[in-house]
Amino acid sequence: MAANLDREQVKHVAELAKLSFTDAELDKFVPQLEAIVELFDQLEEVDTTGVAPMTTATDEVNVMREDVAVKSSDELRQALLDNAPETENGLIKVPAILDGSED
Amino acid sequence: MDFNQTDITQLHADLVAGKVTATELVEASLKRMDATEADVNAFVNRNDEAALKQAQALDAAGIKEDQLLAGIPLAVKDNILTQGLTTTASSKMLEHFTPVFDATVVEKLNQAGAINVGKTNLDEFAMGSSTETSYFGTTKNPWDLTRVPGGSSGGSAAAVAAGDVLGALGTDTGGSIRMPSAFNGVVGMKPTYGRVSRWGVIAFGSSFDQVGWITRTVKDNAILMSAISGQDDHDMTSSHQAVPDFAAGLDEASVKGLRIAVPKEYVSDAIDEDVREVIEAGLKHLESLGAIVDEVSLPHTKYGVPVYYILASSEASSNLQRFDGIRYGFRADDVKNLEDVYVKTRSEGFGEEVKRRIMLGTFSLSAGFYDAYFNKAAKVRRLIAQDFEKVFEDHDVIIGATGVSTAFKIGEDIDDPKKMYYNDILTVTANLAGVPAMSIPAGFSKKNGMPVGMQLIGKKYDEQTLYNTAYVFEQTTDAHNHHAKLGGDQ
Amino acid sequence: MLDWGYPGVLPTLNKGVVKAGIMAGLALHAEINPNMHFDRKNYFYPDNPKAYQITQSETPIAHDGWVEIEVDGKKKKIGIAEMHIEEDAGKNTHTGQYSYVDLNRQGTPLIEIVSKPDIASPDEAVAYLEALRQRIQFTGISDVKMEEGSMRVDTNISVRPYGAKEFGTKTEMKNINSFNYVRNALNFEQERHQKVLLAGGQIVQETRRYDEATKSTISMRTKEGSDDYRYFPEPDVPAVHVSDDWIAEITAEMPQMPGERRAHYVNDLGLTDYDAMVLTQTKEMSDFFEATVAEGADARKVANYLMNDVNSYLNTEHVDLPQTKLTPANLAGMIKLIDDGTISSKMAKKVFQGILQGEEPAEFAKKNGLVQLSDPAQLQPIVDEILANNPQSIEDFKNGKDRAVGFLVGQIMKQTKGTANPGVVNKLLMQALNAQ
Repeated sequence: MAANLDREQVKHVAELAKLSFTDAELDKFVPQLEAIVELFDQLEEVDTTGVAPMTTATDEVNVMREDVAVKSSDELRQALLDNAPETENGLIKVPAILDGSED
Repeated sequence: MDFNQTDITQLHADLVAGKVTATELVEASLKRMDATEADVNAFVNRNDEAALKQAQALDAAGIKEDQLLAGIPLAVKDNILTQGLTTTASSKMLEHFTPVFDATVVEKLNQAGAINVGKTNLDEFAMGSSTETSYFGTTKNPWDLTRVPGGSSGGSAAAVAAGDVLGALGTDTGGSIRMPSAFNGVVGMKPTYGRVSRWGVIAFGSSFDQVGWITRTVKDNAILMSAISGQDDHDMTSSHQAVPDFAAGLDEASVKGLRIAVPKEYVSDAIDEDVREVIEAGLKHLESLGAIVDEVSLPHTKYGVPVYYILASSEASSNLQRFDGIRYGFRADDVKNLEDVYVKTRSEGFGEEVKRRIMLGTFSLSAGFYDAYFNKAAKVRRLIAQDFEKVFEDHDVIIGATGVSTAFKIGEDIDDPKKMYYNDILTVTANLAGVPAMSIPAGFSKKNGMPVGMQLIGKKYDEQTLYNTAYVFEQTTDAHNHHAKLGGDQ
Repeated sequence: MLDWGYPGVLPTLNKGVVKAGIMAGLALHAEINPNMHFDRKNYFYPDNPKAYQITQSETPIAHDGWVEIEVDGKKKKIGIAEMHIEEDAGKNTHTGQYSYVDLNRQGTPLIEIVSKPDIASPDEAVAYLEALRQRIQFTGISDVKMEEGSMRVDTNISVRPYGAKEFGTKTEMKNINSFNYVRNALNFEQERHQKVLLAGGQIVQETRRYDEATKSTISMRTKEGSDDYRYFPEPDVPAVHVSDDWIAEITAEMPQMPGERRAHYVNDLGLTDYDAMVLTQTKEMSDFFEATVAEGADARKVANYLMNDVNSYLNTEHVDLPQTKLTPANLAGMIKLIDDGTISSKMAKKVFQGILQGEEPAEFAKKNGLVQLSDPAQLQPIVDEILANNPQSIEDFKNGKDRAVGFLVGQIMKQTKGTANPGVVNKLLMQALNAQ
């Protein structure tokens, strides 16, 4: 049942993941991904009625730190900014955000 | 100095007694790397200068009896942050990335005076079972340079097998410590999820990732594991369970009455015959020492691979979104707008396998597919964890093969991801359940002479039973006495 | 401590924010979720460095609450669908070809409160926001100031024909800066929707930006179907179980809400409904009032001072109560000085200026000679002296000319340079006159 992941779907997923593929890459990629998704589809045969999803393996609960602010150092701030490809006046610089969306 | 003929306990005694210096140990390690690296390519980045400086400082101060790890040359997988020392995750994305802080595990080692001689190669972002997806070239198996070392901690396992270091840190998300340990005839432990802090470890699958050790001997592994374990305020998932001194009781360990479960799925036809033979012989040996061997079933084993690849890839797709060319790391040239920064940087900065996993994960989480893939897999994950719980109700340890085969040839599986993923079938389930698992040398294939690894899986937080069993096995068998011949070794 | 979306960095959960979330939930009559976890909301944006935001999409900390509003004399309950904890994003600024990212506030916790679609007009929306702000402010978990970003508002609006059951297509406006702008923006959108629909057009579901200069809204997003946040449970943050004990503990610590306080002021302290309402506008004022009363001052007098002199001072100086040097003890002290006759109401005006500067009222009055002469033993000789000097006035009094009393009081006040307590003077004078 490879219908879940065709070439168009792969392109859409690439868009979500901020990746792009050439046609030649897609020619190789799409069948590989299809084959793997078919493997995923084997899970359909497992009866999971009433089974709660398990999304972590930790046994910890209620791990909370006290509400105390920890100040960062100027050296650390500078080291971080030094790592960035482009900065200006202590801010990270990026090409203009076009769509103006903010969350 | 031959690290294959000694161990941490011995070296420590010699250091304290002044028979050897830390500087000599580090020099021996670096010299061995000089002799083997051209063949093996276990390291992405060597730390010669800083390591020697640290050793000299230790020698000047003198090593005390309670500094068990002081002056011991070790290596660190290159997806673990080392302050001031390039950390690449074997990706073009982080080729020139110099971290501003140490991972908790590295900090603990530094405090103990252990010496990091270099950063070991891995599959890019730890995604792979062969170290072939590294941006810095594949690592080769020291036993046979035409074969893979396994992955993703292939560099760490190869460095130990090559005799470069006594131990190397690895990370294990779906078998990345155990598989290369099996392929290289060394000892690898993936501890219980939460046993070791993940702070400063470049995340792959956050609910699976664990740091652990690859060493030549079981005792060294136990010593080193105690040194890095324990709750860490920086990692909310790190466990509050007390950390035992895993090595303390090893010499008194016994397998008499040990209840061993052998899942039929772990010795089935899906496993190459040469591997199966060695494992069966190993089990017979344990039985002869008084262990009780019992066949059981872990019925959901065969779903481990799809469950793992859905969940780990989903988490990875999210974890790797931060590599966007904005704050650090690689940024593509010729970017006209923000979308370009993202898409070009990520498309050029990530290798093929990483992109494949990101695609699989993004797909599994995307609107309309979440229930069928991510959520379904998370439910089957619980069934897999319950399989283990059930077996552990009346067994102490589960034993089987680590890999379905011995180390395969370089290039053999790389273009067939589905086949490559199936190599992990026996290792992923321990990560899915969060239980500890280790691989130890069990013998050699009659077919190709390559090492075969035996996998031991334990109850949560019961690494001790694994170490005890492994130690008894090691001390009563011969496999660990054989070493890869490299760099002019006779 | 850093986030920066740095490789190897992991989140930590602050106990304070969980407690704050529970308090906010209780303040809004919501049910607290006993078992919650966090989720990742995935999207790429420069102010979102991990490219996911840690939030609660499946198990919000609280759900199904309400607040009461009053518009045009009509009371109405507005439902709260849910409240969740999430991390704040950084800040982007845009200039020409570039955008600049400041990640300083990124990763700090906030609580998002989502209302049910119960709000029927822009006025109700503002009334809802006011009620919400007031209640949250009373919990003390935030100063809820829009101008400082400690309260931010996103609004959604849709219109439908009278009697229709289905909601129309909604549009969203994010990050509106003030309650007035909210009203303006919603008014504009309401009219825009109506015009479009009446002309047979269709509303496009989208995010729009409110522009105060033109008092209109502008479409922000053009891409459709690009929002797929791929939520999944956050593996780096373990689940949180909120026990009944913890909720009980927090409930016990909860400051009283405005409604309870109003009832107390009216029923127990004898204030009017209006006074009680004014005093509970902000927690600071209400707390100050209660603390002053607790110091032993008469509640109605405290209320008068706060609503008149104190409020006009705050308005002229453009300051908030906590920024002044006025203390409940000093205000109460001054009112007591008036009550026991130590100072006159005229003197009180000067003493009030003193306590605004942090002066202790009794000391200030003494230092500045603002103490009334109330001791009859001291006043009697003066009364006697004035009477002796003004026999004509005594005659006038006997002949029923009340004016004479006023004249005599004036003389006594003059003699004492205005410090005589008029009440005591009156009493002594009348006794003396009647005895003549």
